[in-house]
Amino acid sequence: MTRYLVRRLLHLVPVLLGVSIVVFVVLQLAPGDPAAIMLGAEATEAELGRLRAELGLTEPLPVQYVRWLALVAQGDLGRSFWTKRPVLPEGLERFQATLILTGTGLVLSTIFGMALGVASATRPNSLLDRVSAVASLFGASMPVFWLGLVLMVVFALSLRWLPASGMYAPYGARGPADLLAHLVLPSVTIAAASTTLVARLTRSTMLDVLGQDYIRTARAKGLGERRVVVRHGLTNALVPIVTVVGVQVGYLLGGAVLTETVFAWPGVGTLMLHAILQRDYPLVQGCVLVVALTFVLVNLVVDLLYAWLDPRIRYD
Amino acid sequence: MSVTPAAASTSARRLGLAPRPHAVARLARRNRLAVLAALVLTGAVVAAGLAPWLPLLPPNAVDTPNRLQAPLTPGHPLGTDEFGRDLLSRLVWGARVSLLAGVSAAALSLLIGVALGVLGGYYRGGVETAVMRTTDVLMAFPYILLAIAIVAGLGPGLRNAMVAVGIVGFPLYTRLARGLVLSLREREFVEAARALGSPDRRILARHVLPHLVSPVVVAFSLDVGVKILATAGLSFLGLGTQPPTADWGAMIATGRQFVVLSPHVVLLPGLAIFVTTLALNVVGDALRDVLDPRAAAR
Repeated sequence: MTRYLVRRLLHLVPVLLGVSIVVFVVLQLAPGDPAAIMLGAEATEAELGRLRAELGLTEPLPVQYVRWLALVAQGDLGRSFWTKRPVLPEGLERFQATLILTGTGLVLSTIFGMALGVASATRPNSLLDRVSAVASLFGASMPVFWLGLVLMVVFALSLRWLPASGMYAPYGARGPADLLAHLVLPSVTIAAASTTLVARLTRSTMLDVLGQDYIRTARAKGLGERRVVVRHGLTNALVPIVTVVGVQVGYLLGGAVLTETVFAWPGVGTLMLHAILQRDYPLVQGCVLVVALTFVLVNLVVDLLYAWLDPRIRYD
Repeated sequence: MSVTPAAASTSARRLGLAPRPHAVARLARRNRLAVLAALVLTGAVVAAGLAPWLPLLPPNAVDTPNRLQAPLTPGHPLGTDEFGRDLLSRLVWGARVSLLAGVSAAALSLLIGVALGVLGGYYRGGVETAVMRTTDVLMAFPYILLAIAIVAGLGPGLRNAMVAVGIVGFPLYTRLARGLVLSLREREFVEAARALGSPDRRILARHVLPHLVSPVVVAFSLDVGVKILATAGLSFLGLGTQPPTADWGAMIATGRQFVVLSPHVVLLPGLAIFVTTLALNVVGDALRDVLDPRAAAR
């Protein structure tokens, strides 16, 4: 297992390198000059040249990339072209906000999705099962940004039960209760589609598992239905469920930019969007690296969880 | 010796290339929802295709005195937007954009993904490694963020949004095609063709690719809806269709600020995206039931 872990951690390096090269190349090939965007249309050629030299944009592309890579190896993601502030602390601060949002969405979608899936599987073709099937189709078809706006109109602007935007109220103590109130609508928005997906997968996996001989044996032994379903059924259905939950992390991280835009949530998604539009290369590259690293680490954790959940799976 | 059409049809059906008429009719009777969805989809496609000839107001005609009119206003059945433009007309013209974007992006993903997947699954060694590592790199990143980066690189616009979404979406088809080809290349008929001296190109075209058609068609039909949502998302962020072109995602973005006064400006385009994607998903599920009876039995 240790050898597998080391191999997988080493495998992260070429994947992250690949991601950073793709984003670097795409940004560098983009029309639009960061110096011109920063100084505006009135800038002279001399001023533009001075700023380009200051930002290191006059060097050949491979040199720019290697210089950036050397900084990354020392834990320095460079400085934003616009704010001149170090990328790492700003990126991490915004990433923390995105993690709070996507983490809450992931927890909600996993808990409710699995509960709904188990309930549907134990009562196939019931009203609950059919409603769950319809909800699953609806969840997969609904644009997340539209759902967010609808929830905002109903619960924040019409009923005034919850705040409409932001992570905290502009005035007052930024306590947990304030955060929780602001978190409800964005996290429900981001969790909606994932919940239905987890529910359908849980249902289909549980149906397979509940049809197995050992389940019939457990019932024949006189075990209670709850023990049969949870202890014997759900435990054996967890591997594919964990897989799809792991995949959902990527979906939630990606979908966060749309939810963050709707609810003005100060996350890394909106930071990256603005940085891309402003050609703030160090900020984009740094944020891309942080998000990609999170995603591949989550995939690794999911793979390691397989071995814990199913003792038959061994990595040598 | 010529092949009779009946024999060709039987062969095609055995390969899963032709629909099974009785199966389709049986499923249509059982699955009325799929029939309804197919009708909705057909209506959307026909309306989008005939938009230039339908009796609609020009989609970009500004009429500021009549801005933000509610639905059922005389002359504007679905109301007007913040510039006084007729919403019914913009929704119909927006259907052309969204359907084209969804189908084009999905087709691009399919072409790139299946080509790479077939190569990666059939040729082992360096080719397979290169294909799978490329796929891993793309799948290591939430696709919408990469699509944003590509669009920002190419410049905002519908065509670039379709290209970006098409490029980041190919791993799905690569993995599907590679998995299928990996099992097919070990089958006896492929071995026999190889033993008879058939070149790889002929083996892939005659013996391998036909088996990919059904699963790839099912994946494509479900993927079009995903691509419509993705391109609408890029338009919502200002990276897709540029104003004043009618686009459902862009209509939601610009209508946001008036959502309290006139919620229909946001609700109607969102409903259009939702209903179209829902119809595509229902039809895609039904298509899977027809083309893959084992999936239907689950």
